[in-house]
Amino acid sequence: MNEAPITLVVIEDEKPIRHFLAKSLEDAGMQVFEAENGKRGLIETATRRPDLVILDLGLPDMDGIEVIRRIREWSNLPILVLSARSQETEKVNALDNGADDYLTKPFGVAECLARIRVLLRRQSGSAASQQVFQFGAIKVDLVNRLVEKAGEAVHLTPIEYRLLSTLIRHAGKVMTHRELLREVWGPSHSESSQYVRMYMGHLRHKLEDTPALPKYILTETGVGYRLKTGE
Amino acid sequence: MTDHRPDPDALLEELKREEEAAQRGRLKIFFGACAGVGKTYAMLAAAHARIREGCEVVVGVVETHGRSETAAQLIGLEVLPLKQIEYKSRKLPEFDLDGALTRQPALILMDELAHSNVEGSRHPKRWQDVEELLAAGIDVYTTLNVQHLESLNDIVGQITGIVVRETLPDNVFDAADDVTLVDLPPDELLARLRAGKVYMPHQAERAAKNFFRKGNLLALRELALRRTADRVDAQMRAYRADQAIQPVWQARERLLVCVGPGASAEKLVRSASRLAASLHADWIAVYVETPALQRLPGEKRDRILKILKLAQELGAETSVLSGAQLPATLLAYARSRNVSKIVVGKSLRSGLSRFWKPALSEKLAQQAEDVDVFVVAHDFFEREEDVSRKKQLPDEETARRQRIGFLAALGGCALTTLITAGLLNYFDLANVVMLYLLTVVLLAIRYGREAGIFSSIMSVLAFDFFFVPPRFTFAVADTQYLFTFAVMLVVALIISQLAARLRFEATVATHREQRTRALYDLGQELASALTVQQIVEIGMRHLDALLQSQVMLLIPDSSEQLRPASEMPPQIDLGIAQWVFDHQQAAGHGTNTLPASPALYIPIKAPMRTRGVLAILPSDKHSSLLPEQQRLLETCAVQIALALERVHYVEVAQDAVVAMESERLRNSVLSTVSHDLRTPLTSLVGLTTLLEKDTLTQHERTEIAGIIRHETLRMSNMVTNLLDMAKLQSGVKLNKEWQLLEEVIGSAANATERNLAGHEVRVNVPPELPMVEIDAALIERVLVNLLENAGKYTPAGSTITISARIESGMLAVSVADNGPGLPAGMDSRIFDKFTRGVKESTTPGIGLGLAICRSIVEAHGGRISARNHEPHGAVFTFTLPLGSPPAAKLES
Repeated sequence: MNEAPITLVVIEDEKPIRHFLAKSLEDAGMQVFEAENGKRGLIETATRRPDLVILDLGLPDMDGIEVIRRIREWSNLPILVLSARSQETEKVNALDNGADDYLTKPFGVAECLARIRVLLRRQSGSAASQQVFQFGAIKVDLVNRLVEKAGEAVHLTPIEYRLLSTLIRHAGKVMTHRELLREVWGPSHSESSQYVRMYMGHLRHKLEDTPALPKYILTETGVGYRLKTGE
Repeated sequence: MTDHRPDPDALLEELKREEEAAQRGRLKIFFGACAGVGKTYAMLAAAHARIREGCEVVVGVVETHGRSETAAQLIGLEVLPLKQIEYKSRKLPEFDLDGALTRQPALILMDELAHSNVEGSRHPKRWQDVEELLAAGIDVYTTLNVQHLESLNDIVGQITGIVVRETLPDNVFDAADDVTLVDLPPDELLARLRAGKVYMPHQAERAAKNFFRKGNLLALRELALRRTADRVDAQMRAYRADQAIQPVWQARERLLVCVGPGASAEKLVRSASRLAASLHADWIAVYVETPALQRLPGEKRDRILKILKLAQELGAETSVLSGAQLPATLLAYARSRNVSKIVVGKSLRSGLSRFWKPALSEKLAQQAEDVDVFVVAHDFFEREEDVSRKKQLPDEETARRQRIGFLAALGGCALTTLITAGLLNYFDLANVVMLYLLTVVLLAIRYGREAGIFSSIMSVLAFDFFFVPPRFTFAVADTQYLFTFAVMLVVALIISQLAARLRFEATVATHREQRTRALYDLGQELASALTVQQIVEIGMRHLDALLQSQVMLLIPDSSEQLRPASEMPPQIDLGIAQWVFDHQQAAGHGTNTLPASPALYIPIKAPMRTRGVLAILPSDKHSSLLPEQQRLLETCAVQIALALERVHYVEVAQDAVVAMESERLRNSVLSTVSHDLRTPLTSLVGLTTLLEKDTLTQHERTEIAGIIRHETLRMSNMVTNLLDMAKLQSGVKLNKEWQLLEEVIGSAANATERNLAGHEVRVNVPPELPMVEIDAALIERVLVNLLENAGKYTPAGSTITISARIESGMLAVSVADNGPGLPAGMDSRIFDKFTRGVKESTTPGIGLGLAICRSIVEAHGGRISARNHEPHGAVFTFTLPLGSPPAAKLES
């Protein structure tokens, strides 16, 4: 590749985690700028103009959510949030405030790289512009609104289709209940998240081989849904 | 003989006194014969002397009465500002006790010890303020005139003709550390008076002039000198006893005075007090409540209570006894208390009746040879007063009952006459007399003494008039009948008296039985009470009924502050209750402290400490408690106190058990956690050092890295479990939402995918299952733990099946495997914390997973169980309650 390398800012107060992230990301050919607190992170983000920000939610000087909000004031660059398990509400809060995805600690390098790739690709708009989207045996013709499973047509209701197309548009990225409600039912709708669950159930029954052990439409408990594609 | 041995009680008392004295402030009284001798001046002079010694002196109250010499002495002294107390919409200045306690000087000057405080102050009397100051360790200088001493009050009144209302209990004077006599010869005092140097209130100028006669002054001076001399004498004895100069230890004399309802009781008590003082004896004032005395109207009983209180102020111990026979009860008590002398009032009966019914003193003298009996004379005018009191109208209720009694007596006699008249042909006159006597008995039993006496007289008259020839006149032909009349009258009177008493005693007995029953009930209910709240409820309910007053039981919290009870009436002041609790003294209505308060506050004293305060709000604001009610209250308070103490110690014991249990658990946690964390840590340390070596091949490095990764993930799991358990134990708040079980199972299976790579996972969930209201994250945790467990305890290649079905109104979810199954007998214990199927096995984990599952499932209102199934393998099943899920809105 002769383009400029991908640049990242890692905002994380724990030195070992920061170092291990920087080392592995640099090994993957990315350029990494480290920041040990929120203030420093905001400065780095503003001056380095990175392609992506990795942000730990538990920072010593300011709330991680606040960092997201400040970045979102001037940029929509992808933000990957790091958080501990069992902090579902915090994750949802971060996602609803503009973060793009999250990683639960402890995580592996491979997992982290995969997420980064998804976010960067989505940013470049490659997934959304495809005319036909395919995962497993499922083929979705986004222009003609046709869904096929193993060559056979699958009939979807309008809401089910909108749900599926929304997931495809954000393939690989987690979607919170609120985001799905807003995109599928429209901003004026105040349906509760159980409707999302119900339609998601229908969708699974129509698309997944074993709906109880889904391979593609995955549940992120307490947070939302993610469409898992090939990787 | 025990006379040569020190009395242990006396020794103990001495020790106690010394101990208390060490912390208490010292009281010095400047004592004088009358106003104008220069007490205040002497006190201020002494205060100045102390200031020169470097002592911190503050003036609490000093009355200069406009005398310039005294006022000049005040210069250079710090004067404490007075408090304004509102009384009847006027503001009156009064000594600020709380201010003084906060200021905490070394010495405070308090003029006129016998002063009565403005109504609304904490204590009605200044000497009570002084007591509190002393108790707080503040020294007090004060002044006192001899006429204010309680025991001399009546004598001074007799000498001078002026009754002094403000009095000081003798024991306060006796307990003073120092008494300095301020003496001035009468001639000099009179000269000062003429020179206008003695203060006199304007309105009482004439009376005061009468007071300052030379004769009066001489008598007062003598009283003051004598009283001081008595004190010095007592000190001399005490000194000798201390130094054992004369090792003679006499058993202390005890004197008992028996007070009755009569007006002369007050004098009796004062005489007894003086007698006790001159004999250096302890004295006890008792009131024996016989059935006859229980019939007294309320106001008389109140009088008796007041007299007992007076006795208390004069230094007596008081007691109310109850018994059928006065002399016997009195003597029994006297013997039990080692009383050597009994003081009684002189009987008021004259001539014949005295012959008929011996006086109390005579009865006592007859029955007790070993006790001296003193008889105190009455004043003539007091007797008059007593007689006039008797003539007072009885209250309305009694009057009504008496009227009915008289009517019944009249009717009864008439009826008997009619019946007898009809039967006269068959009857002898002697039998007629019998019939009349029967009527008298019945009437006396039914309507009491007065009706009985009335019917006795009516019967004799009717008998004479209707049956004794010549009939229908009161004239008597045969003089023999006069004798019949006399005997008939006497017999009828005696019978009626006896019958009435029988009836009364029966009523008293029923009454007493009721009270005993109530106490028994209270005791029994309290015995079964397990919590303080129950005791409070039981105590209040019973006391409400027993005393017919509103009763509040106030219990302190852990910081010794009384908690307000629910629905506390506004008249009950928590501040007073707290004071009572802190000082362990009764206060409020009918006591010496804050008597203006509408409620009475009594500390509940248990053997170990005060456990609470009873606040009694009488339904009738003016009535104080009757002696038997007071006894009843005390008994109840003791029972409640014991119950509270019992519950307290039960709680203490329970806490100890819980503490032991948690200690045991903590030890077990520590040992398991340290074992299970240390093992992987050790291998991690080893593996990383291995990685540092250069000799390793790339393949070996990858392998080691794989092991490190695996071990750390395991540890991370363990830490998660520990944290989850801690979180669940501190009370988890469920974040319930309507969920598809299928989805939860799916995400659980997804989360365990990597761990269960070697196993086959099957799901058997019918698609028509309704939504359930659960905390998805927690239920997922249950499933993850169960799946991991199954993976851990079954060999690779085993099948794990997750299934769900509706079973008796619950959603039952089970995770089954076809592994070796559970060890025998572990079915329920397996869900306990830190329990593992196989002890110290190489299978990792600390036995928290299943305990977490149980906590979560139970928090959802479900149950979890484990069993083995055929042919082999374990099944874990948990249930979740089915709600009514919200109706699904279908797409139009």
